[in-house]
Amino acid sequence: MEPRIVTNKQPFSYKRFFLQWEWMLVLLFLAITVMNMNLSEFYWDYENLRDATMGFLDKAFIVLPMVFVIILADIDISVASIVALSSVIMADLFNRGVPLELAMIICLVVGTVCGWINGMLIVKYKELSSVIITLSTMIIYRGIAYMILEDQAAGSFPDWFSYLGWGYVGSIPFILIVFTVFAVLFSLLLHKTVFGRQLYAMGNNTTAARFSGIRVDRIKVIVFTLAGLMAAVTALFLTSRMGSTRPNIAMGYELDVIAMVVLGGISTAGGKGRMIGAILAVFLIGFLRYGLGLVNVQAQILLIIIGVLLIAAVAVPQLKRSNRLTRNT
Amino acid sequence: MAEYMLELKGITKTFPGVKALDNVYFKLKPGEIHALMGENGAGKSTFIKVITGVHPADEGELYFNGQRVDIKNPTDAKRMGIAAIYQHVTCYPDLSVTENIFMGHEKIQKRTKRILWNDMHTAAEGLLKELGAGFSPKTLMGSLSVAQQQIVEIAKALSVDAKIIIMDEPTAALTKRESEDLYRIAEGLRDKGAAIIFISHRFEDMYRLASRVTVFRDSRYIGTWNVDEITNNDLIIAMVGREITQLFPKKEAQIGEELLRVEGLGRTGYFADVSFTLRRGEILGLTGLVGAGRTEVCQSLFGIERSDKGKVFLNGQEVNIRKPDDAMRKGMGYLPEDRQKQGLVLQWSIGRNITLSSLKKVSGKGVLNLEKEANLAKSLAEKMNVKAKSIFDLAGSLSGGNQQKVVFAKLLTTDVEVIILDEPTKGVDVGAKSAIYEIISDLACQGYGILMVSSEMPEIIGMCDRVAVMREGRITALLERHSITQEAILQAAMADERPLQQQY
Repeated sequence: MEPRIVTNKQPFSYKRFFLQWEWMLVLLFLAITVMNMNLSEFYWDYENLRDATMGFLDKAFIVLPMVFVIILADIDISVASIVALSSVIMADLFNRGVPLELAMIICLVVGTVCGWINGMLIVKYKELSSVIITLSTMIIYRGIAYMILEDQAAGSFPDWFSYLGWGYVGSIPFILIVFTVFAVLFSLLLHKTVFGRQLYAMGNNTTAARFSGIRVDRIKVIVFTLAGLMAAVTALFLTSRMGSTRPNIAMGYELDVIAMVVLGGISTAGGKGRMIGAILAVFLIGFLRYGLGLVNVQAQILLIIIGVLLIAAVAVPQLKRSNRLTRNT
Repeated sequence: MAEYMLELKGITKTFPGVKALDNVYFKLKPGEIHALMGENGAGKSTFIKVITGVHPADEGELYFNGQRVDIKNPTDAKRMGIAAIYQHVTCYPDLSVTENIFMGHEKIQKRTKRILWNDMHTAAEGLLKELGAGFSPKTLMGSLSVAQQQIVEIAKALSVDAKIIIMDEPTAALTKRESEDLYRIAEGLRDKGAAIIFISHRFEDMYRLASRVTVFRDSRYIGTWNVDEITNNDLIIAMVGREITQLFPKKEAQIGEELLRVEGLGRTGYFADVSFTLRRGEILGLTGLVGAGRTEVCQSLFGIERSDKGKVFLNGQEVNIRKPDDAMRKGMGYLPEDRQKQGLVLQWSIGRNITLSSLKKVSGKGVLNLEKEANLAKSLAEKMNVKAKSIFDLAGSLSGGNQQKVVFAKLLTTDVEVIILDEPTKGVDVGAKSAIYEIISDLACQGYGILMVSSEMPEIIGMCDRVAVMREGRITALLERHSITQEAILQAAMADERPLQQQY
């Protein structure tokens, strides 16, 4: 008798369970909490922490689809420009008399279309990398935003609009609730569905994915379109928080977002990493920034710390590969 | 001067699991053109790599002008004046001809390390004139035709004073007239005292140029003859003459109705006018030399590349297949040639690989049902007899034969009736080969229609009900089971016709 396959259940292994990158993030998170508590007596306070999340969650909406993009071994650096363009168009339309509700919907549509254009260009011109294509559209989208507003601010929104960025449901910030909903949706999409499985397959081996009948081009377009849509969601919350908008809004967000995703253990080589890692990284960097802000540490020092963390995120799994500390799929 | 310029005695080269050269002998006289022939995989390429130092030999002795030498790396070979010109020219298309010729040995002023452009251009011009080329050394390499690029490669060999020049299928991509020019250049080099090893699948090349011919088969040395003392037929027998063992468990399958019909399929520059039918339970072989367009035909059928002419019918209905997904929906599956790059996600478990093509079956409303998935993967892995502890073993950790079984399992999760197999036993050891033949034979009995691309003569003869032979993008023969012989196949695969390029 030939040897048979003995099991169709994966045995539980403590080693595999604990040697995951996410535990590293949890440890870092605890370390930052302890450090911040020692730095400032005001840190460990429910209301302060709660309100701190309102300050950094706006860009977190883009982190979710960026995880998909980077799992595909692509990158989208035009997201901040999409935030600016959709925000500027919304504000401009509102100032020209379009009802704000309609302008908000148009904002989402603009973001979606921008993302779709990215996706179509990337699928069409395979010889160009997504870095080059989104670099071009990054300049174009931001450029259009400048053409519309010419370096002016636009705004004077009605009071209810500020609820998005500043409001509470009971004692929980509205933005935190919306983010939680999206985070759960994106996690489920990535880890529980056929679509998510196909994403990982493409990230690991696009050719094999294609030969297996996966519609790789379509998936790529969907992913970049999602990035555009979520950039527009960020535009809504960020504009609400700022109270007005300018063409230079959200400048540099793309780097923050990519940094969070990479720190979250999503490999830029594609096919590896989990949504929970990126979400942990959002809060990690957010609270680190908040804590250091409390004691007036210069912003530049914060950047240096984030840079060091990023290098660690890339280097540690490399060093420990023999010990199987891998970023799980 | 020694009688032989280059002499190889008992050269053996082993790669993990494969003996690529087994006790090979070769003797090259000064001033001769020596043809080297053999089937695909006979060891010719490895032979070149041993001489040029890309893969040093494991065993055996090398003599250069009667002296025992070791060629450990490409630099050693270069120093001895050995240069190779490959079928696919390895050049820098964005640099000039001069730069390509002198790449790696530029003329440099000693003191200032300045590149002497004028000297190089003059020297290049001289070399090109010698070869009768009608283009300037300042032309960009990428703007030249393949034939012209080959001349540059030859000039490069001359610029390092090569005494032994290896030409690997140099005429494969050339038209008749271009080949004629190349013959003249080769003769010119010979007359100046260089020795040339000329590798080609064309008998015509050999008769026109070579004075002696050496044949390899199955990584072994078969013999060396004077060209005017050997007949075409003897040569073919030398190249293929092996016993076909009972390795093939072909069972008689019920051959049923027509499943696939291809009419006049063509893709400009790759293949033209390809027509055949495939019936239920039938194994149709598709063979020919590497580069004859077999894989291209299969990939067009499967929707990887688009064909631009012709019609495809599945179950009597005309289909328009634009992507693999279409092909699979309409009942056609493909087992790709390169299982590591095209067939598997090596970093993934066996189970995930098996279900990748049919995730719809193990999910509801787009949400995966992991238990269903594990069950499907397990049952197919067992059916294909994959040797592994569990479906969670990584695909990359399996042997070649087991990996191929996983790809088969993946293919069988889909609801296909027509299966295209592209070199299903490539790089698989003998034991596993036999297991794969059994799978293929069983599939035919179950009523699948199987189109099998293969370069391996024994498996074509042992497994197929009919064989289509391709040469340079066209089907040159369709052989019925009783008339499938090695000689008939080789004759059709090598039949002298004008190459496809000339017709476009």
